[in-house]
Amino acid sequence: MRTGVECLIDGLKKAGVKTIFGLPGGSVLDIFNKLYHAPFEFILARHEQGATHMADGYARASGKVGCCLATSGPGATNTVTGLANANMDSIPLVCITGQVPTPMIGNDAFQEADITGITRPVTKHNYLVRNVDELPRIIAEAFHIAATGRPGPVLIDIPKDVQRASTSAPTPDAVDIRSYHPTTDGHPKQIARLAEAINKAARPLLYVGGGAIAGNAAAEVAALAHKSGLPVTTTLLGLGAFPETDALALRMLGMHGSVTANYATHHCDLLVSIGARFDDRVTGKISEFAPKARIAHIDIDPSAISKSVPVDIPVVGDVKSILRALLPHVDSGERKEWREQIMAWKEKHPFSYDRDSKKLMPQYVIEQIYSLTKGEAVIVTEVGQHQMWAAQYYKYTQPRTFISSGGLGTMGFGLPAAIGAQIARPDKIVVDISGDGSAQMNFQEVVVAVEHNVPIKIVILNNGYLGMVRQWQELFYKKEYSATRLGQAERGKNENIKTKKGAKYLPDFVRLAEAHGALGLRVEARAQVEATLKKAFTHDGPVVVECMVEPEANVYPMVPAGASLTEMIQSMA
Amino acid sequence: MKHVISVLVENKPGVLARVVGLISGRGYNIETLNVAPTHDLTVSRITMTVPGDDRVLEQVTKQLNKLVDVIKVYDLTGEKFIDRELALIKVQISGRNRSSVMELASLFKAEVVHVHHKSLTIQIVGGSDEIDNFLELVRANGIVDVSRTGVIALGRTEGKE
Repeated sequence: MRTGVECLIDGLKKAGVKTIFGLPGGSVLDIFNKLYHAPFEFILARHEQGATHMADGYARASGKVGCCLATSGPGATNTVTGLANANMDSIPLVCITGQVPTPMIGNDAFQEADITGITRPVTKHNYLVRNVDELPRIIAEAFHIAATGRPGPVLIDIPKDVQRASTSAPTPDAVDIRSYHPTTDGHPKQIARLAEAINKAARPLLYVGGGAIAGNAAAEVAALAHKSGLPVTTTLLGLGAFPETDALALRMLGMHGSVTANYATHHCDLLVSIGARFDDRVTGKISEFAPKARIAHIDIDPSAISKSVPVDIPVVGDVKSILRALLPHVDSGERKEWREQIMAWKEKHPFSYDRDSKKLMPQYVIEQIYSLTKGEAVIVTEVGQHQMWAAQYYKYTQPRTFISSGGLGTMGFGLPAAIGAQIARPDKIVVDISGDGSAQMNFQEVVVAVEHNVPIKIVILNNGYLGMVRQWQELFYKKEYSATRLGQAERGKNENIKTKKGAKYLPDFVRLAEAHGALGLRVEARAQVEATLKKAFTHDGPVVVECMVEPEANVYPMVPAGASLTEMIQSMA
Repeated sequence: MKHVISVLVENKPGVLARVVGLISGRGYNIETLNVAPTHDLTVSRITMTVPGDDRVLEQVTKQLNKLVDVIKVYDLTGEKFIDRELALIKVQISGRNRSSVMELASLFKAEVVHVHHKSLTIQIVGGSDEIDNFLELVRANGIVDVSRTGVIALGRTEGKE
């Protein structure tokens, strides 16, 4: 006989869990009591949202299922943003929450929340365990569901009495769920159709998303591109699925994508989507997206097919096995004319900013990070302008080296995700590229990095604004910067800042870093960037580098929301 | 366009909420909803009528298929299927119209299940159109109350559905 908690510990061991991120509380005290002696590394986050993002970052960097643990009620509800974030980006994680005892469920007991009800729309699946006999099976199922098919977060809510109850039910060796059998092998006829379409196309384009990284298919993507001379563009989450230093790489497409990638998408005659989901930030105006192309879509999720863009050749299944089956049927080729056209676009329209500016440009900081880490760091980002600059001015050559919140756009994701990523990849320099707005959303987790000596480098591009929103206000709201100025000076009248005289920017990030026990550094001029970053990257511990960058730098190119990919704003000029 | 969607699911707590939440979470109204176990007590059938265009409902069907507890989804729209609904209708009566209401009920093979000196309660089983039709015809007498079950349906094919 084992108690529920013992079943849980055994189940986690069997699932290969090494690290758990979380916080204790009343409903999980029995679990924590056993964890005291269990062979897991436990990372004590300071907020459950931080714990879920850590598990998320760990999963993205390692390719394994992330695991987090929270108590009932507020502990559980604090995980919701992290679960929604993982759900939107198809990240495998298992979140365990405590629940009030079964007889008290529904009675508004202290720290009770209907967490399975609350998280139903933001998880791949969830469980409320009503009987301890079910627990061993449920734990095995949760890890199986999180990692297979289209990956995603799974929540297990365990009432306190179930944790204490005993059962003789064994932890199963294999999982078999009647209603859950994801398709893995692509249909041979569809694969043959796709091969034929590629062989006939004069201007084909591969459009690669996060699914190629989740499916560990980077090598197959590269083999396909090189065999047949296929240019490759990636989504934000697809960065690293194909080396951006390769001659065939067009970099990212979409709202802040490269001109070349967007032109190529507009002019291609065959668009092959590999594990990408035609997000509205990628497509722009749907009716004018890839207007001259037949569209093929390889995806493990049938519901991704024709969701927003009608697909001519759907191939449902595991990306890696489909590409392997496809490769022998694809002709070798160079596609000289199409590639020359692409080279011409690339030469004419690289990502650019005012390189002669005497001001500290945020893009310059990213280029320096790229140069100093030789493109080999794991870059994690928050959400905003800095995220897009990190996508544009750092070249990713390996999968799982760019970690960012794509679908949900969660400010505050980067810092805890970087901690998770660094724990998964102790061999790498992990840099969280942040804005001053995002940095203030989960800064408390710096303590975790300090305590565990997780040597992440947090580079804050401080422009004094919620920059991306300010950019939209500049371009589309007549420069009326309503509630986007983070410094007190120059705030709008309606924001009622009482002490404007001599107002400083708050907080002082260097002192904030020091207060948390991290090294804090500030860069105020271009000339200081290289030396300061070097110091940060060689420091044996977490560092916060606050860079006081040009406040009104913008992200270009930019496709306004709802416009066609060819309608790019390339600068203010 | 109204779609009749039939979903076979695991007979477990929370599954109905998952199915309904998926549809309502996308802003669609479920007009009718039925759920009960099938001949296999571990499996329940949910029958729903949902208004929406074909493309949207195709997506909803695919999303339903993604739910871990969903065994099979059928969109019966455009297929041949048998549908039935049951309604209890309380009709106001006076001495004069009692017999005409009863006559109408018998024409529809409906049954009077309760008699009160001011009302008759009629049970009718049939396709939704038939029930709508009956309601329209007795409306002039004064309808006191109606309770309808919503549609249950099975395909007309030979095999399992």
